[in-house]
Amino acid sequence: MTDTPTADRPAPDPLLAGLRDLAEPAPTTLTDRVVDGWVRAPSPLGEVYAVAGAGGVRLLRTAAHAGDLEVFLEEYRTRHGRPVRPATRPPRGLLPALRGTGGPPELDLTDVGDFARQVLAATARIPAGQVRPYGWVAREAGHPKAVRAVGTALARNPVPLLIPCHRVVRGDGGLGQYLSGAGDKATLLAGEGLDLDRVADLAAAGTRLIGSDTTGVVCFPSCHHARRITDAHRRGFASLDRARAAGYRPCRDCRP
Amino acid sequence: MADDEQLRAALIEDLDAGFEAVVRAHGDVVHAVARRTSDRTADAEDLAAEALLRAYRALRGYTPERIEGLILRPWLLTILLNTARNDRRDAARRPRTDGVAPVPDRASAAPGPAERAETGDLGDRLAGLLAELPVAQRTAVVLRHVVDLPVAEVATVLACSEGTARSHAARGLAALRARLTADTTEETA
Repeated sequence: MTDTPTADRPAPDPLLAGLRDLAEPAPTTLTDRVVDGWVRAPSPLGEVYAVAGAGGVRLLRTAAHAGDLEVFLEEYRTRHGRPVRPATRPPRGLLPALRGTGGPPELDLTDVGDFARQVLAATARIPAGQVRPYGWVAREAGHPKAVRAVGTALARNPVPLLIPCHRVVRGDGGLGQYLSGAGDKATLLAGEGLDLDRVADLAAAGTRLIGSDTTGVVCFPSCHHARRITDAHRRGFASLDRARAAGYRPCRDCRP
Repeated sequence: MADDEQLRAALIEDLDAGFEAVVRAHGDVVHAVARRTSDRTADAEDLAAEALLRAYRALRGYTPERIEGLILRPWLLTILLNTARNDRRDAARRPRTDGVAPVPDRASAAPGPAERAETGDLGDRLAGLLAELPVAQRTAVVLRHVVDLPVAEVATVLACSEGTARSHAARGLAALRARLTADTTEETA
């Protein structure tokens, strides 16, 4: 289709035909990359709303905390500047992850800053049923002095439950705060098999680390190695320095 | 476009559902222009997605009256070309630190557009030659002859008169024809 048929050219112009052939259709993934999808899903904290794009889950909130779905979605659109529609199915891996029977689904953390991303990556390595102090996350994230900033970054975790910020607790052994309330944090940890009474007893006694006098290794109390130590051989310490002074070395798994 | 009116109505009714329909209706043309006007072909989908998201953000601030008056295709393509221009400027200003390889210069071992133009089939050769046109001619040829826009829409997107749009496209086309003939002559000589 030329603008003005200037010449008698009955044969199709190969140049124009060739140019038209350069207009390949968009990859079928384009729509999914632009329009995100939301779903409701069950979780240990009741129903959650999740928003996912082509790169993975971008936001998750408990319904109880987020309130009205429309308000939640409108806030998502405003904050991220992205359209969001009902998804036809939940993102792959989301439901098992929320049931605790699988690792996290793909996550899209592109809107998170570098520091917060490192904090979230360190947090994601804490096993279920175990807890680590904020200072541990700061050190693992490569910023040992940024303990407060870790708290702030975790308070803004876009994907709680999937990145288990509930497993990060205060340095003094207290459970500390949680996005949707300290009660939810206790519920989640108890659900993962953490003995909250024991955590409270250790905190009250000032015991931060547990060592075995047979192996000479010292761990966080919830580390699976620490939990295997029998009563007769268990030694409590108030700090890593004290444990070191007594000849103990830090566990290579929980890295106190 | 005939269904632009439906799309505008859908946007006013429910912005997100309407926008998904807009992406389905115009995604191909936005992507094709991204692919043929950007030098990094691997980034065409990124560029198209980024431009569409900018369009969505703009729409969120528009009144229904303003959406009523939108002619969607040239509006989307204008946003696309602005996005591509900003990306090029940003890329030139600061080196990438995200681990993605920088834009290769022409001295790299991979075949540049000129080499591709001399070796491949007609499509590859045309794509290579297109990439060597001056930006205004290249854009005009892509809009007019690759995605087949009417001259009036080309002029809207290029923000110039229809006469200028027509002349950019014609000069680009003539340059392509000359290069194509020269290449073919060399091959058969």
